[in-house]
Amino acid sequence: MALPYIEYEKNIIDEGLETGMKNLTQERIDKALAKVLDGETGAKLKAYVDTCVHCGLCSDACHMYLSTKRDPTLTPAGKVKRSLSVLLENRGNITPEIIKKVSIVASTECNLCKRCVHYCPFGIDIAYMMSVVRRICHLCGVTPLYIQDTAHSHAVTQNQMWVKEDEWIDTLQWQEEDAREEIPDCRIPLDKEGADFMYSVIGPEPKFLAQLLYQTAIIFNTAGLNWTMPSCPGWDNSDMAMFTGDSEIMGRNKRFHYEAAQRLKVKRIVMGECGHAFRSVWDMGNRWLGWGMPPVPMVHAIEFYYDLLKSGKIKVKEKYKKSVTLHDPCNTIRGMGLHEKARYVVNELCENFIEMHPNREHNYCCNAGGGVINCGPPFKKKRVATNRIKAQQIADTGAEILITPCHNCHSGMEDIIGDYGVGMHVKFINDIMYEVMEKPEIE
Amino acid sequence: MTDKTNWDWETKEKQISDLNEWKSSYNWVEEPYASPDGEKIAAIVNTDDMEFNVCENSKAWEIEEPFEKAYSLRYSPDGRLIVLAAADDEWKTVVDGKPWETIFDFLWDLRFSKDGKAIAVATQTDGEYCMAVNDVPWKDSYSFITCMTLSDDGKNSGSVVQTINLGQAEVFKFQKGAFSAAVNGVPWDTNFVNVWNMAFNADGSKLAAEVRLNLYDYTIAVDGKAWNSIYGCVWEPIFHPNTNSVIAPVKVKDGWTLAQDDNILWDSRFAQVWHQMVSRQSDKIAAIAATSYGKWTVAVDGKPWDITFGDMVTDAVFSPDGTQIACIGTDSGKYTICNDGKAWDIKCDMVWKPVFSPDGSKIAAKIDKNGKRTIAVNGKLWNKMCDEVWEPVFSPDGSKILCRSVEDGKYYRRVIPVSEF
Ligand code: SF4
Ligand code: SF4
Repeated sequence: MALPYIEYEKNIIDEGLETGMKNLTQERIDKALAKVLDGETGAKLKAYVDTCVHCGLCSDACHMYLSTKRDPTLTPAGKVKRSLSVLLENRGNITPEIIKKVSIVASTECNLCKRCVHYCPFGIDIAYMMSVVRRICHLCGVTPLYIQDTAHSHAVTQNQMWVKEDEWIDTLQWQEEDAREEIPDCRIPLDKEGADFMYSVIGPEPKFLAQLLYQTAIIFNTAGLNWTMPSCPGWDNSDMAMFTGDSEIMGRNKRFHYEAAQRLKVKRIVMGECGHAFRSVWDMGNRWLGWGMPPVPMVHAIEFYYDLLKSGKIKVKEKYKKSVTLHDPCNTIRGMGLHEKARYVVNELCENFIEMHPNREHNYCCNAGGGVINCGPPFKKKRVATNRIKAQQIADTGAEILITPCHNCHSGMEDIIGDYGVGMHVKFINDIMYEVMEKPEIE
Repeated sequence: MTDKTNWDWETKEKQISDLNEWKSSYNWVEEPYASPDGEKIAAIVNTDDMEFNVCENSKAWEIEEPFEKAYSLRYSPDGRLIVLAAADDEWKTVVDGKPWETIFDFLWDLRFSKDGKAIAVATQTDGEYCMAVNDVPWKDSYSFITCMTLSDDGKNSGSVVQTINLGQAEVFKFQKGAFSAAVNGVPWDTNFVNVWNMAFNADGSKLAAEVRLNLYDYTIAVDGKAWNSIYGCVWEPIFHPNTNSVIAPVKVKDGWTLAQDDNILWDSRFAQVWHQMVSRQSDKIAAIAATSYGKWTVAVDGKPWDITFGDMVTDAVFSPDGTQIACIGTDSGKYTICNDGKAWDIKCDMVWKPVFSPDGSKIAAKIDKNGKRTIAVNGKLWNKMCDEVWEPVFSPDGSKILCRSVEDGKYYRRVIPVSEF
């Protein structure tokens, strides 16, 4: 059944953008442009700008374009035209109003999902170009309110959710205590120097989704793993500063993260089911700091669950009965190629797996990623309206359960499922693994 | 510094405790910690449902009530055993089995002065935060603290504090500055957008910190006064122990370098510079640095070693006389020790911070190889591969090494002549 198109307000008012624009001076705009265009970008940006022939082949890649009766302003090249090109072509005459306008395009109309790179005959990376615009807007102080607040949280607490240091430890101890109902000697070992790996998560887990920490404790204790979590800042691998263009805070947070692992003398870091955090620790934040690769090997949950099942450390008692489909998060699939491992895991855990189409590296973005969902309530309706194609895609599977091994995808999918009336529930792999695995018998 | 002269440097081997027996006495035994002199080993043990205690050398602490929660068990440098423990949601710092009098709603971030005489914790009660040193909390408390620090002599404690309350998503109020640093609970006069990692000078009378002035301008502040220069980014400052000048990594137009008292110190530029250190003995200034992307080394007075490591360099340390530097270098996931630009031949799965002998002629380190733990001295492995070892300690005359290890569940203290390595 074809889902309806949803109309949305084009002229969205966001306090971060409005007040940021009012505070902005010409001198600041010129400095920001000089810093980024003359100092931080080079041949790469120039090559992309000079190479694009405006052929439009990338248009059909973008879920926003496909979801909106083919609104030409939402094609990848159209977004560049409305943001980066404006800055490049009018340099010297850029007003605060223009900065606000390009900020809306770069921050809320592109998920940096990189699907369009696959469609461009030259491999032009639109996501990179949008990131450049966001960086300029950050240096101008014109960024949507909610994501800016999240970047501030990263700056102060080194986590995404203003979680205070005692709240973090208290939450882990509370989950550990609850988990002892199931496994009496269950532990979430804090600061265990020399453990095999450090487990890191994103801020929303202790804040809203503590059951994921509980379930992880049950999974790791059942598998008999030698693991730890840091009691100090550095436990959060997420990164909205990366998406606001605040590279310095991105780098600072990644330094906290990796140095927590270095201090704990772990051989690797295993991270929970988050996609954008993977992009930050694997590609962006580490490299901004000068590390070629993660200085401590980094494994995403999909890969770790694959190893746990493949090695028999976790055994399935009875496969999950409900029909499931699988969303491919951009950052771990297009960004890392974990799609076959994700399918192995889902097939091991579930009886009835239905593919959505297109899938794997060609899958559509959830429209929540790239910090778009973090721009908050003002942009929610627009975000849902510009991802009808995803709602249609998952509805067409007829599955009862949608598995999304990524936090942002998870929240974004819940929004489109709710607003388009797709009767489906969203789960993490962690939820299903916890439900179907063999657990130790309590004596 | 800890006085090691009174430690037993004669007895070759002592089996201090059999941890296997602990395991049969308790529901579970958490990871053990050995005392600095090696004479004691301790662990948090579970005695019953929601009941915990600390066991030291096979003997449980005599406490009035079992702890409902206990974590952060550590020996202080002077050999006292500390745990953060709770009963009825009241948290106490417990030292050698005796709780401090002051009760808090939560405790974390246990730290010590150099000699271990001062014990500091971060505390929270009724949503108000402060530090407490030797059972004395700050007079003032705050809605948020982070980046706690303690001066080497333990007389001064400091942290980042929030001085202005922020409502939800008040981003522009935030950008006017709502954070400062507090010394012994007293905040600086100035607020900043952010304040991070800080350091006291040698006598604890000055405090320097990283600060952000707006969304994009960074600098260093000393006792609340920001340097005049603005940088693209900065990392943690330190004080020169001889001159009291402040030295910090700063990001300038063409890369990272070191600045001293607001002047650029090094002519050289790097892809990264951090963990700078100064030798009180030689006045040399060194830092971990990346000469370019993915090439890590140590730079001494601005000049990088020729050797570089692809993954990372960590844990750099001066020899006691300040003429040499040792660090950990990692390439393709394999760890080794590097001394003045020359790497050991052995490659390990993990290496702990290198330890110089008093005369600087030897370097020892704890290592992990093939899932076993041992000690290496000048690149040669000890002949025992253990379940666990603690970091090696040289005798004051440098002729012997204290090796603390767990083998087949038994904890040993051994004193081994350096010549045997
Ligand atoms: S949302 Fe994805 S497909 Fe659309 S322009 Fe951005 S990166 Fe390209
Ligand atoms: S496909 Fe490539 S060249 Fe064509 S419009 Fe898109 S970005 Fe430009």
